[in-house]
Amino acid sequence: MKQLLMGNEAIALGAVRAGVSVVTGYPGTPSSEILETVAKRCREVYAEWSVNEKSALETAAGAAMSGARVMVTMKQVGLNVASDPLMSLNYTGIVGGMVIVAADDPGPVSSQTEQDTRRFGKFAKLAVFDPSSPEEAYLMIADAFDLSEKIKRPVLFRPTTRVCHGYASVELLPPLDVKRDTRFQRNSRFVIFPKLAYESHVVIEKTLKELSTADYPRNTLEGAGTLGIATGGVSHAYVSEALGGQLNCKLLKVSAYPFPVGVAERFLEGLTDVLVIEELDPVIEEELLLLSAEKKINVNIHGKRSGEVKNAGEFAPSEIAVIVNKFLGKDTAEATAQAPSNLPIRPPVLCAGCPHRGSFLAVKEACKGINAVFCGDIGCYTLGNAKPLDMVDTCLCMGAGITMAAGIKRADESKTTFAFVGDSTFFHTGISGIINAVYNNADEIIVILDNSATAMTGGQPHPGLGLVANGSPTAKISIENIVQAIGVQHIVKANAFDLDEAVSAVKSVLDKQGVRVIIFSGECIAVSKRRGKCVIDNDKCVNCGLCVTKLGCPALTLSGKTPTLDETLCNGCGLCAYVCGKGAIACE
Amino acid sequence: MNNLSVVIAGVGGQGTVLLSRLIGNAALTSGQDVRGAETIGMAQRGGSVVSHVRIGADTHSPLTPSHKADLLLAFEPGEAVRAFHLLADNAAVVALDRAVKPSVPQPFGEYDGASALAFLKENVSRLYIIEQEKLFRQISPKAANVALFGAAVGLGLLPLSIEQAKLAVRERVPEKFLSINLNALDVGANYFAEVTP
Repeated sequence: MKQLLMGNEAIALGAVRAGVSVVTGYPGTPSSEILETVAKRCREVYAEWSVNEKSALETAAGAAMSGARVMVTMKQVGLNVASDPLMSLNYTGIVGGMVIVAADDPGPVSSQTEQDTRRFGKFAKLAVFDPSSPEEAYLMIADAFDLSEKIKRPVLFRPTTRVCHGYASVELLPPLDVKRDTRFQRNSRFVIFPKLAYESHVVIEKTLKELSTADYPRNTLEGAGTLGIATGGVSHAYVSEALGGQLNCKLLKVSAYPFPVGVAERFLEGLTDVLVIEELDPVIEEELLLLSAEKKINVNIHGKRSGEVKNAGEFAPSEIAVIVNKFLGKDTAEATAQAPSNLPIRPPVLCAGCPHRGSFLAVKEACKGINAVFCGDIGCYTLGNAKPLDMVDTCLCMGAGITMAAGIKRADESKTTFAFVGDSTFFHTGISGIINAVYNNADEIIVILDNSATAMTGGQPHPGLGLVANGSPTAKISIENIVQAIGVQHIVKANAFDLDEAVSAVKSVLDKQGVRVIIFSGECIAVSKRRGKCVIDNDKCVNCGLCVTKLGCPALTLSGKTPTLDETLCNGCGLCAYVCGKGAIACE
Repeated sequence: MNNLSVVIAGVGGQGTVLLSRLIGNAALTSGQDVRGAETIGMAQRGGSVVSHVRIGADTHSPLTPSHKADLLLAFEPGEAVRAFHLLADNAAVVALDRAVKPSVPQPFGEYDGASALAFLKENVSRLYIIEQEKLFRQISPKAANVALFGAAVGLGLLPLSIEQAKLAVRERVPEKFLSINLNALDVGANYFAEVTP
């Protein structure tokens, strides 16, 4: 039977079909729905949201050393956090199959970097699988488990956004017969030492060499001629769409790495020109260049290095069609009418009813006339940088705001430094930054935005909520108690929706010294849903526009000079009533 | 049958994802292959979002290439124009007429959707404009996505019957919102009753 599945659902169900019994991860677009699907739909499989990617990978490593089939999910930058255990784990090896799904985000649509996990695989000396569609991902993840178990080392599986958040009708298959004797058995190779690392390195190189010459059926070669196109991942779908069912060239699809030199050599034979279509880094392109040099094959290779294919950003299928058609000597149909360019600009913004709007506004109001720097962090609250709030001066990576604020103060004493950090980010890598700050006598104000969710990625639970991934109850870990235990002297709490209370909270710590913490609480509107609605009294409104120009709320816009409230968007948070000096907005 | 590519354009939070899933599920239930893509992530917070639903066995790309979309369902005139480059020459467009104003200042002055509507009227021959004010007198504003679905089915622009559409809504929408959504489907399906497809 076929089901309409998102790529991430297909990866989850494919892994469960392949006998995965432990799944760990940390939310991150575009990977989050993989673990969510396992937690919701396959409750017999253990699934956990770990506090960060490093913890997730280490938990899974323990289970894989004990013989279980395990999967770890994260976005590409999460792999940076998990890279320390991963690099070593390849040397110690595992027993059960272990697949690390690191979802890449060309564009980027929702990320800090455009890093290419295929490149990371080469650096870490790991095999990498690169699915081109949800239906292929469903099948390929089983291959990944098989290979990992065969070579007894972790493997990477890297879908990209358009595979993760693409969807397709997928034929669901019966579970594979995968019986596991899961028992931890002592083995000297699980204790990493320099001597073991050297010995493993020798084996790893040998394995990679063998894999590069082995035939994997999803690395495919079709067609004939003197022109060839090499591609992989979702780019293969764009190339296929451009070819429109007519294959009048050779077509190489690379689905797994180490780079398959056997099929690639057969591809290069007899070609005069090769076009390489791949998003992010020129991985296939460089491998083909190396191979053609090694085998002394005289062929022109067109791609990113030759400037014919862009080397940053996401591909659109139409731009690939233009490049492919040009390469094959065909014309591309041109657009008829030109759409006007004065379309509305819509940067992502904090939702109507978002508690962060109140928190940012409170800090902004309290800091009038103060020479302050506002360090941001990763989460919905990065959107606090948008005008009119304009309250984020830095954003680097998970947890970095707290440590960077301390560093700014070391270099520029004239500044009052603030660090905004969300609740899930606090647990991820924020706590160590606060310890560092207290230990080293830093002088900064840390603003913890507790909205009771990992909001940007879809509202996943975290250690502060008393819920685990599948919704079952667990111990609730108090942010306030942690901050207290670290030794922060000044801790204040306020309701993010009560602007008076929130402003006084900020003012109460402004003239103090050392590490100070403000905890603003207010539930994420996407989790708690509508609390009421606001109404503008047109008789009292003087058209000053403050409610629009101070808040940047998507529910409030100006028609000429008159503020109008979109009741389909308003959630009744009441912040506009606070900023209105004329009492013209009522909230119920 | 031939492939049919549907593009759905709107602003994050308007319900494009549910609309694409309704079309996709209904098409799958009626025995056709489906693929597509959603905008999920940061842009969902009030940014421009586009969903693609491609029905038929001969599609490869989850994204519809330029000039290949047969149908555009738009929640807002400006977003319809933004997706215009995706439309085939003879594509049909069903769009709500009221502009969603951005909450940030605009370099081109106030955006009210008028020039976008004018562009659509000039360049789209099979254009079906839904007056939002009229529609919202009959349905919950939260169910605009399902009304668009109904309108497309009612106009015969999707290879689906109204019964198949109803089934998809029943499968996908939680019980407590079912009646307002089934009502929106009906209102949408009858909105252009006097128009000959």
